[in-house]
Amino acid sequence: MKEGNNKYQSRRDFVRTAGKLIVAVPLVIIPVFLAKKTSASGYVWQIDPFKCTQCGQCKTNCVLTPSASKCVHAFRMCGYCDLCGGYLRQGVKTISTGAENQLCPTGAITRKFVEEPYFEYTINEEICDGCAKCVKGCGDFGNGSLYMQIRHDRCVNCNQCSIARTCPSNAISRIPANIAYLPKDKR
Amino acid sequence: MKKALPYIILILLLFWHMALYAQDRFPRPEFESGHVYPTNQMPVPRAPGWEYFDVLVLIGALIVTTWLALKKRSRQGLIWMSVFSLAYFGFYRQGCICAVGSVQNVSLALFNTGYSIPLTALLFFIIPLLFALAYGRVFCAGVCPLGAIQELTGLKPVKLPKAVEIILAFVPFIYLGIAILFASTNSQFLICRYDPFVGIFRLDAPYTMIIFGALLLLAGIFVNRPYCRFLCPYGVLLNIFSRFAGKHLTITPAECTNCRLCEEVCPYDAIIPSDTEQKREEPERSRKRFILYFLLVPLFAVTGAFLLYNLAPGLSGVNNTVRLAREIRTEKKTGNESELKDVVAFKESGKTESDLFSEEELIIGRFRSGSPWAGAFLGISFGIGMISLTIRTKRNEYKPHQGKCYSCGRCFKYCPVKVKV
Repeated sequence: MKEGNNKYQSRRDFVRTAGKLIVAVPLVIIPVFLAKKTSASGYVWQIDPFKCTQCGQCKTNCVLTPSASKCVHAFRMCGYCDLCGGYLRQGVKTISTGAENQLCPTGAITRKFVEEPYFEYTINEEICDGCAKCVKGCGDFGNGSLYMQIRHDRCVNCNQCSIARTCPSNAISRIPANIAYLPKDKR
Repeated sequence: MKKALPYIILILLLFWHMALYAQDRFPRPEFESGHVYPTNQMPVPRAPGWEYFDVLVLIGALIVTTWLALKKRSRQGLIWMSVFSLAYFGFYRQGCICAVGSVQNVSLALFNTGYSIPLTALLFFIIPLLFALAYGRVFCAGVCPLGAIQELTGLKPVKLPKAVEIILAFVPFIYLGIAILFASTNSQFLICRYDPFVGIFRLDAPYTMIIFGALLLLAGIFVNRPYCRFLCPYGVLLNIFSRFAGKHLTITPAECTNCRLCEEVCPYDAIIPSDTEQKREEPERSRKRFILYFLLVPLFAVTGAFLLYNLAPGLSGVNNTVRLAREIRTEKKTGNESELKDVVAFKESGKTESDLFSEEELIIGRFRSGSPWAGAFLGISFGIGMISLTIRTKRNEYKPHQGKCYSCGRCFKYCPVKVKV
C-alpha cells in the first residue's frame, strides 16, 4: 500500500512539473517574440485632422465629461475674417459677438479685433466641449484652420479609446507618445 | 472609353482644384500693426518615466502582498493592501493600464504588424503571471484594483449552489477566447469596453458603465467578487498558472487537525475538504471515466473549433470595417440611403467600394483563421474541466484550491492551530 501511494505521488509530481514547464514556456516565448515589437515610450491617442469629418462623436463618446478632445486653432492658416464660418451661426443678420449669433453652443470662442479688417478667434479650452461645430463651419466656409485634437493634459489614455471605437472615419489612432499631436499647420 | 476620357480628366481636374481651393479660400492677413500669431499650448502626455514607476509600484505591491499572504498570514494587512491598490491603481491611476486589459495589447502586438506594445503593458501582463506561478494568485489578493474594490465591498458572503458555480466559472474562458480573437484581429478591446469599475475609478463614465459596475458591486455584497469569479478573463490565466504554483497560501500555519472549522468560511468555494472518511468511488469505474474523458478532449476541441469557425462571420460584425461594408451592401440592396455616420464619412472620404469590400474579405478571413483556435482552447479547457471532476485524490487535510483561491486570507482566523513564535 505504501509503495502504491508513492507511485501515485511521483506521478502527481510529474504532472505538476510538466504542467509548470508547459505554462512557463509562453511566459518566456512571448517576451522573446515581442522583443522587437516593444516600444519603450508607449502610445497616445490622437485625431488625424485630415481624416476627421466633424461628426460630433468626440463630444459624446469620450469617457470624460467634458471630452478630452478640444478644438485647436492653427492661427497661421486662419484668414482672420470678419465673417467667420466657425464663429458665426449660418445666416446671421448682424456680425457681432451677440450670443444669438454665435455658432459655439458653449461660447468658447472669443473674437478680438486686431486691425481693419482682421479679427482673431481664440478657443477657450476650459469651456470647449469638443462638439466640433466650429470646425465644420470653418472647414465649410473658411480656410479650415480650426481642427480637433485630443489634449493630453486631460486624456487619461485609455487602453481602448472609446471615441476611436465609434469614430466613423477612423480618424483616431495610436501615435507614438513623443509625437503626441498632429497639428494641421505643420504638415 | 475614348469618348469618356475628356470628361474623366475634367472631373479629376475639378477634384484637384477643389482640394487646392479648400486649403486657402481666404488669403492670410498681412498685419500692418505688427500683430504676432499667438502660439498654441500643446500639453505633453504623462512622461514615460512615470509609467515605469507604476511597474515598480506593481512589483512592490506584489512582494508585500505575497509576504502578507504566505508569511505574515495577516488578513488585516491584505485589506490594507487592497485599500492601497484601490487608491493608487484605481483612483489615482484611473484604472489604465491594468493587467486585465494588457492581455489584449499582447495579442494585438502578436498578430499585427504596425503595433508595438508599450513595454509597460508587456510588464503588466507578465509580472502578475510570474508571481502566480511562484506564489499563487497574490495579484488578485491585494494588487488588482478591480479585485480590491470587490474584496472591500463583499460584506455578507452567501454560497452559491455548486452547479451554478461550476457553470458560471466557464464564462471567463469564453470571454477570454472572444476577447483575444477581437483584439488580435484589431477589431476592438472588449475587456476595456466592458470594464465594470473603471467608471467608478474615474467618477465619470457613460451611464451604462456606471449601472453595470454598481449592479456588480451590489451583487458582490452577497456573491463576493462576481467579476473575478464569473467574468475576469485575466483570472483564467492566473487560475491556470496558480495551479502549478511552487508555494501557495495555506489555511493552517502548521499541521491540519481536520477540525472542520474552516470548511464553510470560504466565500469562493475554494477550500477542498479533506476526505478521509468519505466513501470513495470504485477505482475501476473512476479510471474508466478518466480514460473516456481523456479521449473526449480532442473531440471537444474539434467541436469548439468547428463551432467558432462557423460563427466567425457573425463575430466579425464587431469590426468597424466589416460593419460598414455590410451597411453599404444593405443600402445598395434596399435603395434606402443610410444615415449612419460611418456611411456618410465613407462617402466623403472618396475610398472605393471595391477597396472596402476586399478589406472586409481580408478581415473575415482573419476571423476565420483565428476563431478555430479560440474554439479549440474552449474545448480543451472544457475537457480538462471534465477530467478534473473524475480525479479524486485522497487528502487528509483542508487545502485551498490553487486555481480558485484568491489568497484573500479570510480563512486564517478560523484555524485554531497556532504556531508559537
